[in-house]
Amino acid sequence: MNRHLLSGADLSHADALLVLDTAEELAQLADRPIKKLPTLRGRTVVNLFFEDSTRTRISFEAAAKRLSADVINFSAKGSSVSKGESLKDTALTLEAMGADAVVVRHHASGAPHRLAHSGWIRGSVVNAGDGTHEHPTQALLDAFTMRRRLNGDRPLGTDLTGRRVTIVGDVLHSRVARSNVLLLHTLGAEVTLVAPPTLLPVGIDAWPCTTSYDLDGELAKSDVVMMLRVQRERMTTEGGGFFPSAREYSRRYGLDRRRVAVLPDHAIVMHPGPMNRGMEIAAEVADSARSTIVEQVTNGVSVRMAVLYLLLSGSTEITEVTA
Amino acid sequence: MRTTPTTTGRYVVTGARVLGREPTDLLLEDGVVAEVGPGLARGRAEVVDADGLVALPGLVDLHTHLREPGREDAETVETGTAAAALGGFTAVHAMANTDPVADTAGVVEQVWRLGREAGHCDVHPVGAVTVGLTGERLAELGAMAESAARVRVFSDDGACVSDAVLMRRALEYVKAFGGVVAQHAQEPRLTQGAQMNEGELSGVLGLAGWPAVAEEAIIARDVLLTAHVGSRLHVCHVSSAGSVEILRWAKSKGWNVTAEVTPHHLLLTDALATSYDPLFKVNPPLRTGEDVLALREALADGTIDAVATDHAPHSHEDKDCEWAAAAMGMLGLETALSVVQEAMVETGLLDWAGVADRMSSRPARIGLLDGHGHALEAGAPANLVLLDPAARRTIDPFALASRSRNTPYAGRELPGAVVATFLRGVPTVLDGKLQ
Amino acid sequence: MTPTPDLTARATGPVPVGSVPGHRAGSSSRAGQPGGPATVGRPVLEAPDIGRALTRIAHEILERNKGAGDLCLLGIPSRGVPLAYRLGALIAQVEGSTVPVGALDVTMYRDDLRLRPARALEHTELPPEGVDGRTVVLVDDVLFSGRTIRAALDALGDLGRPRSVQLAVLVDRGHRELPIRADYVGKNLPTSMTERVHVLLEERDGRDAVTVEKTTAATPAAAARTGADDE
Ligand SMILES: [Zn+2]
Repeated sequence: MNRHLLSGADLSHADALLVLDTAEELAQLADRPIKKLPTLRGRTVVNLFFEDSTRTRISFEAAAKRLSADVINFSAKGSSVSKGESLKDTALTLEAMGADAVVVRHHASGAPHRLAHSGWIRGSVVNAGDGTHEHPTQALLDAFTMRRRLNGDRPLGTDLTGRRVTIVGDVLHSRVARSNVLLLHTLGAEVTLVAPPTLLPVGIDAWPCTTSYDLDGELAKSDVVMMLRVQRERMTTEGGGFFPSAREYSRRYGLDRRRVAVLPDHAIVMHPGPMNRGMEIAAEVADSARSTIVEQVTNGVSVRMAVLYLLLSGSTEITEVTA
Repeated sequence: MRTTPTTTGRYVVTGARVLGREPTDLLLEDGVVAEVGPGLARGRAEVVDADGLVALPGLVDLHTHLREPGREDAETVETGTAAAALGGFTAVHAMANTDPVADTAGVVEQVWRLGREAGHCDVHPVGAVTVGLTGERLAELGAMAESAARVRVFSDDGACVSDAVLMRRALEYVKAFGGVVAQHAQEPRLTQGAQMNEGELSGVLGLAGWPAVAEEAIIARDVLLTAHVGSRLHVCHVSSAGSVEILRWAKSKGWNVTAEVTPHHLLLTDALATSYDPLFKVNPPLRTGEDVLALREALADGTIDAVATDHAPHSHEDKDCEWAAAAMGMLGLETALSVVQEAMVETGLLDWAGVADRMSSRPARIGLLDGHGHALEAGAPANLVLLDPAARRTIDPFALASRSRNTPYAGRELPGAVVATFLRGVPTVLDGKLQ
Repeated sequence: MTPTPDLTARATGPVPVGSVPGHRAGSSSRAGQPGGPATVGRPVLEAPDIGRALTRIAHEILERNKGAGDLCLLGIPSRGVPLAYRLGALIAQVEGSTVPVGALDVTMYRDDLRLRPARALEHTELPPEGVDGRTVVLVDDVLFSGRTIRAALDALGDLGRPRSVQLAVLVDRGHRELPIRADYVGKNLPTSMTERVHVLLEERDGRDAVTVEKTTAATPAAAARTGADDE
């Protein structure tokens, strides 16, 4: 594995399976009397969040703590850290504190990339969501969830070859969609992005997936339907005016009971959260047996443990010597 | 202030290949080229050995940000014009987006005076089109034209004069004193929060797109307005193949439209944004390889008239951060000639005479500068640059004269080196060093 | 008694990671894994010797514990696991009843994680009976520095509270760095630090053998960790 995890594209097929298989072993911890491992004792993981995301931060925090790492939560939102230069200042502070890994959430696309490659810090950088770019651990936990639901209870060593995954919603602004397309493609899945044309980025033809404007045409052949959050502000003029109204959006692109009835029996419904119930997903669908929304949260901890273990337990010195 | 040369002030440049032709000598005396021909080396004149060097008329930049007044931490007239001289320039147009904005006779005269004091090259201030660059009402263009700075080029560069009525009025108004409106073509609504060229990469990188159509739509509107009111338009930093097509069409109609392209748009592409290094963040953004090739072709066939640097110094703090927070712009003066050599000369698209035309004669004509852009013949002002086309140099940001370091060519090897620059017969650069 | 799991399938479990140049190439490959060196060095035990050694250990375990009553065999991956299943089968033959057998991965408890690239985890599988109150026999192929066993004791402590813990190894090659000794030893094999011990097992390697390889490098235990011994 790379020293950093910045993008779904950073993981080769073998890397991705290593993370998923490791997470699978670590998921067993939940059944043990002692849920903690000594693996990262003496290591420091900093959660550097320039943007609110309690669920992601807590997930990383739980993962690091189960591996016995020291965890420092650095919430930069609302403090003096809003202008650019302070990313660097913050990084230098973290470096002085001896951070072995920095888990970073930032409103600017590419900020984790800058952190990893600017020479400001030496530790590993894990992208916990940057702007409208990527969110690779979300993609990993999504793939982990799909593998478990579709490939059986012990899916070790398996990928998602031939599985059809339909991702629906605001692709233009979604870091979840970008990371999922890259990772799921690596794992052999066939991804279709469904959105109104205004919410698909220019140049999407080059992505390793297909696109459609018609949700109903995709449902019957989907093994997975992943609904993305759509912010209501996007329909306002100031927000870009991407669609006319919430009602029209949910009629054309929302997942309701009628649409779920078209899905194959084994198909699952996913959502990275937080949901707009009644907008992109009907409440009864979100709470149905097909829905993996709660599992996704649980799986997030196992996957992030695997990522932190694989990035941090190894020796960087050896990496350099054999390089 | 520069020290007066200890010599007689007469120079004989020997063996120079004027416009890349056969070697000859040039005698520079009393600020003019006194004589051109073989065997001019004789007593009481300092000899500058130009064996193997190409001589071009001193370069003229239509688009320079000197940052003074207001952002002296990034550049001053002194450091910016030093960079210009080292890049082979004898005249630069100083953009109006300073603080305060150059929208009054007072500010343009201040910049003009600072340029005279620095003495490295002529500084011709550009006046703002609208008060404070806000695009609301015309600045006192006439007062700036009549000031000591004799402003002829007006631009809100950094911002687009997007209001069609205001643009029409500006084009009409400058006819009274032969001025030209230099438009920064960027439709503002289409580029809100824009970070890079909108295309394949912007989607992948999650950076808000700056579509070429936002430039092309304004250029199309402005050439039509220019024709309608019979005025003169200059288009700043053309960046897309589509813009080239519109300009080609406008010129075919015989309309009075000129355009410039920056060195970086002739060499670099948006692929550099994948590093998220804000050194490559610039406005208009770096575009695709096809755009680069179209721009080179347009410069070669004259559709684009001039190379202009859009030299845009930014402090370290404004660039050493995440992409979205970083300032737009890159240094250009000290590398422009080398980049043009690589992109245009070494590709066979332009010879040295063509370079002289696009980097000296035409920009001087567009800016209405009498004293620049003349062929190196007897009687012409002794503004010239001697360059060594065989040299290769690796760009070291810390070796640049500019106060800022934001060159996109750091660590990159470029061809050609300026050996000497003369401004009205006086060397501003000799042996590659500022005088 | 749980049937022997499909070990050939497990053998392909951990996926080698070589996509990143220099990250896991060479130095970290564990000899004997599929694709690793097949036979290296001088043979010291052949298949019949290994069979005899395991039969003897099975009898010693029964003798010492006065039967198989509350025994639990836990193999340490990778090669301790097939050995544990073999011992379980041998004990079952003698006793006529099954013995719980499982696998105990110690990776996350190792003290040398920072000295080598991150390793894939092996599967931990406890028998349904659990370990509480039982006599757990840890089974491994080679006993060297003792650090793996130290990690195993820590791992075991997080899983439950056995009544006692014993250790069975196929080969004891000496050079202990911790106060740990084996209760059952298939063969004591005095080695120098420049030698490497390779254990090959039918289930993973297609045949049974133990070989000793001479290396040029002096092999302090720390350096040997990147070598072949299952330490
Ligand atoms: Zn501009």
